[in-house]
Amino acid sequence: MKPAPFAYRRAASLDELFATLREFGDEAQILAGGQSLVPMLNMRIARPAILVDINRITAIDYLRREDGVVELGALTRWRGLEDWPETGAALPLLAAALPLIAHPAIRNRGTVGGSLALADPAAELPAVALALGGEMVLASAAARRTVKVEDFFQGLYQTALAPEEAIIAVRLSAPRPGERFAIYEVARRQGDYALAGAAIAAGAGGCRVAVFGVADRAMLSPAAATLADADPAAPAAAFADALAQDIVFLGDREHPAPIRRHLAGVAVRRALDRLAAPA
Amino acid sequence: MSEEFREIRLTLNGMPAAARVPVRRSLVDALRQDFGHTGSHVGCEHGSCGACSVVLDGLVVRGCLVLAAAAEGASVETIEGASDSGRLARLQEAFYRRAALQCGFCTPGMLLTAAELLARNPRPSRAEIRHYLAGNYCRCTGYEAIVDAVEAAARG
Repeated sequence: MKPAPFAYRRAASLDELFATLREFGDEAQILAGGQSLVPMLNMRIARPAILVDINRITAIDYLRREDGVVELGALTRWRGLEDWPETGAALPLLAAALPLIAHPAIRNRGTVGGSLALADPAAELPAVALALGGEMVLASAAARRTVKVEDFFQGLYQTALAPEEAIIAVRLSAPRPGERFAIYEVARRQGDYALAGAAIAAGAGGCRVAVFGVADRAMLSPAAATLADADPAAPAAAFADALAQDIVFLGDREHPAPIRRHLAGVAVRRALDRLAAPA
Repeated sequence: MSEEFREIRLTLNGMPAAARVPVRRSLVDALRQDFGHTGSHVGCEHGSCGACSVVLDGLVVRGCLVLAAAAEGASVETIEGASDSGRLARLQEAFYRRAALQCGFCTPGMLLTAAELLARNPRPSRAEIRHYLAGNYCRCTGYEAIVDAVEAAARG
């Protein structure tokens, strides 16, 4: 199981990256941590003509907290977040999600930007970003722009990224006073892909409920959030019904859509239970 | 498309090493085929099994999910180097005493990953050991003996 041949370029700077993307357009594929891309190359699901390795662009490997926002450079690795002393206080929901993200050796290499760019529907970070609220910083040779997280994820592995663009950073809201967070995931094994998961932020203005692993992308459910605010003790089945107002559930042969719908309700219920439990 | 090659230089188990490799070759394949270090094993080739684990610039990674070309200039430690250095001796002794291996295919990855755990958390609980090793598959032991061995090594 080996990749099909490709050309390999290593970008030493963002300028080099943008120049390469401008030259090759959608023939080029950015290689960040590679923890999802390389399996896809090995299985020949992905067959890019040219790989652009961004692992040496240290300018996008940073974590910064300022004015209620935490900015994560696209090349931030999961391990970097695990080892950042401020992660627990600045990003408690992401801190709770980190142990669910694959395995330690994958977290040593995988990146924030790579996870967001892939937009795997079962990934934790897109749901965490939706629950927290924030914006993506995208850039190309021509321009730099920001896209709200809600507008970035557009479908199954589909994002707002243009062929010549790269993710530079993601800015997530830091906790507001009194805000609480929880994530719950149903998976067959530790570190395996989520069959269903829910990430919740509960603040003064109400809950934000995001689910993952159950549809074509991670999605916010306003109906589930309204129910969580109105009746925090509602059963899992009621949350499944509420989610169904906002979400078209997708399944596979082993876990078809009705099971995903059920599990999503369970995930929201259990995440709310974690929210209620004292820290 | 024609095969693109790249000359890579790295520090392999503390020694300078170089090879000319196809850019699509994984680090573990290059270590085995171009550098002659066959202690890292090629299992699933999609990041699930952990048999290919190597240490890249101080961190345990999947050798099948890193391109050799991307490791240019890096420091790479394989089970050969880690074992020869003696830094795994306590874990190796515990694996031996507890019979925490049978065929040995997973063992290099288990040892390197367990050593990383103990470096980060010298007294892990059994649950923490299981969590840290969850990405390393063993088809022989049923894991119980491996968890026992890591626990024993941690107790010293």
